[in-house]
Amino acid sequence: MNAVEVKNLSKKFGDFIAVDNISFEVPHGEIFAFLGPNGAGKTTTIKILTTLLQRTSGEVMINGFDPVKNQSEVRKSFGIVFQDPSLDEELTAFENLEFHGILYSVPKQLRKKRINELLEIVELGDRRNDLVKTFSGGMRRRLEIARGLLHHPKIFFLDEPTVGLDPQTRNQIWQYIQNLNQSEKITIFFTTHYMEEADRYAQQIAIIDHGKIIEQGTTESLKKKTGKDNLEDAFLALTGKTIRDEKASATDHLRMRRALWRGTSRR
Amino acid sequence: MKTIYVLWLRQLKRYVRSRSRMVGSLGQPALFLFALGFGFGPIFQRAGGGNYMNFLAPGVIAQGILFTAIFSGIELIWDRQFGFLKETLVAPVPRLTIMFGRTLGGATIATLQGFIVFLLALLAGFRPVSLASLPAAFVVMFLISFLFTALGTAIASTLQDFQGFQLIMNFLVMPLFFLSGALFPLQGLPGPLNLIASLDPLTYGVDALRSTLSHVSHFGLTTDVSVLCALTAIVLVIGSYLFSKIEI
Repeated sequence: MNAVEVKNLSKKFGDFIAVDNISFEVPHGEIFAFLGPNGAGKTTTIKILTTLLQRTSGEVMINGFDPVKNQSEVRKSFGIVFQDPSLDEELTAFENLEFHGILYSVPKQLRKKRINELLEIVELGDRRNDLVKTFSGGMRRRLEIARGLLHHPKIFFLDEPTVGLDPQTRNQIWQYIQNLNQSEKITIFFTTHYMEEADRYAQQIAIIDHGKIIEQGTTESLKKKTGKDNLEDAFLALTGKTIRDEKASATDHLRMRRALWRGTSRR
Repeated sequence: MKTIYVLWLRQLKRYVRSRSRMVGSLGQPALFLFALGFGFGPIFQRAGGGNYMNFLAPGVIAQGILFTAIFSGIELIWDRQFGFLKETLVAPVPRLTIMFGRTLGGATIATLQGFIVFLLALLAGFRPVSLASLPAAFVVMFLISFLFTALGTAIASTLQDFQGFQLIMNFLVMPLFFLSGALFPLQGLPGPLNLIASLDPLTYGVDALRSTLSHVSHFGLTTDVSVLCALTAIVLVIGSYLFSKIEI
């Protein structure tokens, strides 16, 4: 059985086809990169896999369960780091984790133990009682990763986990993710715009564009197929060089406004 | 159960931590109490209405509750935009539980706010008729809080951003308050106003508070409480449907 199985999945928003008849599978314990330009359908697919959106047609199995029929089982089996921040800034690092642990019914003793361990792993142990609003982007990301792992998921979805982080932090985050994948056999499903991350860490890569999967394989096979010597060139050869404009959502506007207000306070 | 508790606790922590919000939302009730209470007091007395402060205070308490409750519900938009809602929506917890926990938290905050306005009113010279009916008054405060938090949550479930917030303030919250008889007696109102007031849910909240705090009532406490309970049930049903339809 595969960790993720997707067969002929489509999602329409009115007339717009965001995801167009895609199929792929991710075996247990694998690191899988889901690549594509902006607006290609990556986040929509992740939302469908993680029960946040209803699919229009097709079949999906997450850890052997259908996200529509067995919502609760599916939800228990994955952890997720969203593209956008999803922490409560008015709560402390510890409280954010505690909240998550209770929602996922992790028993109290175990919860305490895991929270302490995870905070150490992501090097936030000494900031545990600080409000998240005082954290930098990298610290927030690390905390979100710790949170996503608290209930020991089988599959870990990471939607652009390293966007906007410096090379040091990105490297550090990938170390954790690789360790996790090796020691706990957690399946990793991630999206990124940094091709070298996919090149370096992913065992399988799928490239999606305009809602369709246009190529799948290992980084080697993608390079061979396109005749390029690095993944970025292979990616551009497959998806073209046109810049995509995503329609800005209300969230984007707010994010922008918030960034303006905060200005320099966000390190 | 534990889930509801932690959702409730989160709302409370956020409230206690944002002092500016707590103090800020007391400004309006304070203004109403002092400006209207003392401003209209003498003429109300002369018109034979008795002590205006005793009449006005329950109305202003209801106002404090209404604003805090609706805002607590509307806060859902905040969670949606700052991403935290996603975290709760992917958790293996029924949506109904999430909505209930949130609403309970918001209602508790609104009740606390009502209690603070009550203390403020005491300061302004308001005196409840009997101490024995105070517990009943607090129950009524909670009921009003719950109703309007649920209403705020229901409305917020359908909104993507804060663009509609002004609309809600001016076309829902303000009319709810001003047409509720919080500031004036319902006896002898012109027909249309009387009709509108009797359709305003807050009217029954204000009346119930007046009945428990000042022992004057227009509809009678039983009617008030029945109307409030029935409306709460309706809003909860509609709200949980809307909440279950949220897609991010």
